[in-house]
Amino acid sequence: MSENPVRDAIQDAIKDHEVILFMKGTPERPMCGFSARTAAALEALGTEYAAVDILPDPRIRQELSAISNWPTIPQLFVRGELVGGCDIVTEMYESGELAQTLGVEQPADVPAPADGAPLQIDNRL
Amino acid sequence: MPSTDELRQRIEAAIPDSTAEVQDLTGGGDHFRATVIAPSFAGLSRIEQHRTVYAVFGAEIGGPIHALSLETRAE
Repeated sequence: MSENPVRDAIQDAIKDHEVILFMKGTPERPMCGFSARTAAALEALGTEYAAVDILPDPRIRQELSAISNWPTIPQLFVRGELVGGCDIVTEMYESGELAQTLGVEQPADVPAPADGAPLQIDNRL
Repeated sequence: MPSTDELRQRIEAAIPDSTAEVQDLTGGGDHFRATVIAPSFAGLSRIEQHRTVYAVFGAEIGGPIHALSLETRAE
């Protein structure tokens, strides 16, 4: 057992799940528009992913950001690598790069690139 | 409470030859969106480009700056 069980648990989760999203809330009940938007992109691609709610314990966010060198939530990891937060994931979803990274088919009905408003996907709250 | 102008000036001062446009998304002074264009971004991945901008603000991201949405490019 190391001296930092929270960090170990996060590192194990990233290693053990091919696609894992750290977010505020859950995909069913996202607690932040950015997290909602990122989860929605994964849902739209129909990919299987693990989701971790960072809200229950502030140490999760602290340790996650220390590991990833990324200050904000959400954070999407694929095969152990940080892909990005909401902006990058959304950009990659719209361009088809996300489907490619995940090895899934891009749906035909991807919406046109957003005009800069980050909260326009229905957050299903 | 940081202003869009303050954020723009700090980004442009920290990243050589950059130009930044900053919007306050909610009018509340804590949710911002920035478009940053800097020649030094050439050859960096999007993650690295965004990290460069986040590094300007350090621990203020997630603190007084609740959210900073980014679009970055080299030109």
